[in-house]
Amino acid sequence: MGKQLRTEVMTINMGPQHPSTHGVIRFIIKTDGEIVHECEPDVGYLHRSIEKIGELMTWQGFVPFTDRVDYLASMNANWAYCTAVESMIGTVVPRRAEFLRVMVGELNRISSHLIAIGATSMDLGGFTPFIQLLREREYINDLLEMACGARLTYNYMCIGGVLYDVPANWNEKVAEFLTHFELAMEQMNRLISYNRIFINRMANVAPVSREQAIGYNLVGPNLRGSGVQFDLRKNHPYSVYPELEFDIPYGQGREGQVGDSYDRYYVRLEEIRESIKIIRQCIKMIPEGDIQAKVKNSIKPPKGVFHSKTETPRGETGYLIESNEKTSAYRIKIRTGSFTAMSIIPELAPGLFIADLIALIGSLDVVAPELDR
Amino acid sequence: MLIETMTSLGVPELLAQFIYAVLIAFLCVNFIAIYAGVVSVVERRVAAKMQSRVGPNRVGPQGALQWLADGIKLILKEDLIPNGADKFLFKLAPFLMASGVAGAFIVLPWGPSSVIGADLNVGLLYLISVTALVAIATLMAAWASNNKWSLLGGMRAAAMIVSYEIPVAMGLLPAIMIAGSLQVSVLMDAQGWAPWDWIVFNNPFAMLGFLLFVTGSVAESNRTPFDLTEAESELVAGYATEYSGFRFAVFTLAEFANTWVVGAVGAAIFLGAGHAPPILSSLPGIEVVIFVGKTMFMVLILMWFRWTLPRFRIDQMMDFSWKYMLPLSLIAFFGQAIYFLGTWDQPGIQIVVSHLMVLAFLGLLFLFLNRVMINFKHQAVVVNSPQTELAYLEKIGKIKPKVVESDVATEEAP
Repeated sequence: MGKQLRTEVMTINMGPQHPSTHGVIRFIIKTDGEIVHECEPDVGYLHRSIEKIGELMTWQGFVPFTDRVDYLASMNANWAYCTAVESMIGTVVPRRAEFLRVMVGELNRISSHLIAIGATSMDLGGFTPFIQLLREREYINDLLEMACGARLTYNYMCIGGVLYDVPANWNEKVAEFLTHFELAMEQMNRLISYNRIFINRMANVAPVSREQAIGYNLVGPNLRGSGVQFDLRKNHPYSVYPELEFDIPYGQGREGQVGDSYDRYYVRLEEIRESIKIIRQCIKMIPEGDIQAKVKNSIKPPKGVFHSKTETPRGETGYLIESNEKTSAYRIKIRTGSFTAMSIIPELAPGLFIADLIALIGSLDVVAPELDR
Repeated sequence: MLIETMTSLGVPELLAQFIYAVLIAFLCVNFIAIYAGVVSVVERRVAAKMQSRVGPNRVGPQGALQWLADGIKLILKEDLIPNGADKFLFKLAPFLMASGVAGAFIVLPWGPSSVIGADLNVGLLYLISVTALVAIATLMAAWASNNKWSLLGGMRAAAMIVSYEIPVAMGLLPAIMIAGSLQVSVLMDAQGWAPWDWIVFNNPFAMLGFLLFVTGSVAESNRTPFDLTEAESELVAGYATEYSGFRFAVFTLAEFANTWVVGAVGAAIFLGAGHAPPILSSLPGIEVVIFVGKTMFMVLILMWFRWTLPRFRIDQMMDFSWKYMLPLSLIAFFGQAIYFLGTWDQPGIQIVVSHLMVLAFLGLLFLFLNRVMINFKHQAVVVNSPQTELAYLEKIGKIKPKVVESDVATEEAP
């Protein structure tokens, strides 16, 4: 018989400046032609020592740094930290402040999911949806700018409430935006989400089973995409979420297997709808009143280790804080959704096409700053 | 015609032919350069419109001269050749690609069927074969770049162009059967000015052939949803990753020139070429205007595809070609043959069928416009309207006017 042709596996360096690794993430992939044999994520290109900074700053002074943990959802990142410190010192946040927090948090969740959906579609070659969704995001930025004066890193929340009250016509503005946005989102769904090419690209790609998702500690939409109905807002309620009515969207194998990329994508879409519902209820329920609880200038939480977790757009953000009765923390550990999502990529990647790997990274919604902190 | 004039003036025939060839080549290449420039601006403006952006509008009126600025920028850039690249092939590839596309312009018409660079009797066959040079050029560029992303892009290009050549050629077959020739001028003259005289509306199988031709051509010209060879988000820039400066400009030139080829072939062979209605036929140059109009309409459809659809995956793209387009093209081919056998002596049926086809098309167009109107209605829901401004809400009593406390304080202070 003829001689065997010598073949070898090709090692390709994907990133840190690859167009679709969403910031600076590096993957070392070994491929046989188009098929990925091995994929090793290399994290740490965007490490800014935020946890260490937390040990040097005062408790209040660390809040602006939490913005930078996840710049696509700064409100939620602020919120996660403030909730943690409030639970340590036992502050009760005024009701109006809680509602404001929920509203800005949900608005920010929508804008973060818009980026996730848009970036996924751009990774798959659909450039128009991304730009159209960024346009909608600008409107949300306008609303958040009315509330706090910033468009990306808000620094809106403070320990014990929120920093500023919203303008008098804010609620009407939000309501008007939601009416516009619901229709715009449907339009966007017809353009990309229900597009047959897009569904074929996403469906049945890299399915994560229920056991795998729990085993790899996936959180948030990635976990729910695998069919697990778990949402901290419902299962471990905080703030005023128990009073609000909303559902937990979860992956049902809409176009293929349960837990495939399309399910993860679709869960985000449905979460946007739920967020709209929540904000509509808040507009009706929001009371007048104080926006800040009285908190001493120099906070000295009791000694001990505290853990607090909230639901941010990329899943559960946990704060593990060790205090030794000083004006700054002894140790702060931030647990983010993107980091655990990265850990499942080497497990899922073998056998995928390079193009599928892009879709997988897009559907996991990995954001570099949250990954490295 | 030009050749005869020259030989009658005493120029040797071989020299006359050479002069003619140089002249045509010069015109074609310059046309490509200018067309590619202009259409790149048009494409960017169209894309901007679709994406709620403004697009290039600084250079010249409405950004019309942007292409000159881009071209000058690209020419002034450093001509980089990566380490370890095959220098000869690396330098050759862009020009081979451009010549593959430019070669197609020889058999393309420009309006009246008498104005064709070289009216070959195997025109369409030549067209299909010469455009396949692009595959070789892409593979050459990819291999010579010494870059793994480029190589992946090149392999995709080779696979793609090989598999889409067949449906494109088969899609042209019904038209060839209707006109009975491969010659472009004959195909053009087989049609009339009215839509029911066009080959595309001749019968359902010709229509199918046209759709296959357009889809396959999109794939061959490497545009979304088939732009896998330079898939930006996957392969950085595919085969063009390592190219810069003038060579990159030539690649872009070839890509845009390809849109004209697709548009012109579609317009000439399926959409009734440049035939003007009898009322207008006395106007000078009307055929050119109609032909260019139809071509640009096809080009706009390609742009529309590109900015609407996401991209296929490589295996899905191959599936699409071999499992769907190839059987469909066989249906178009045999269907056309059977339709021909059945109706060759009954022109009455042919006329009825072509009129029905036009009616059906108008119906589809109406349904489509209805869908478009829904989107317009959705866009009409405004944000940031005057109805939510503070002054208006205070006027209708929805919110209480805010008492400015600082004013009161300053009055009491002294």
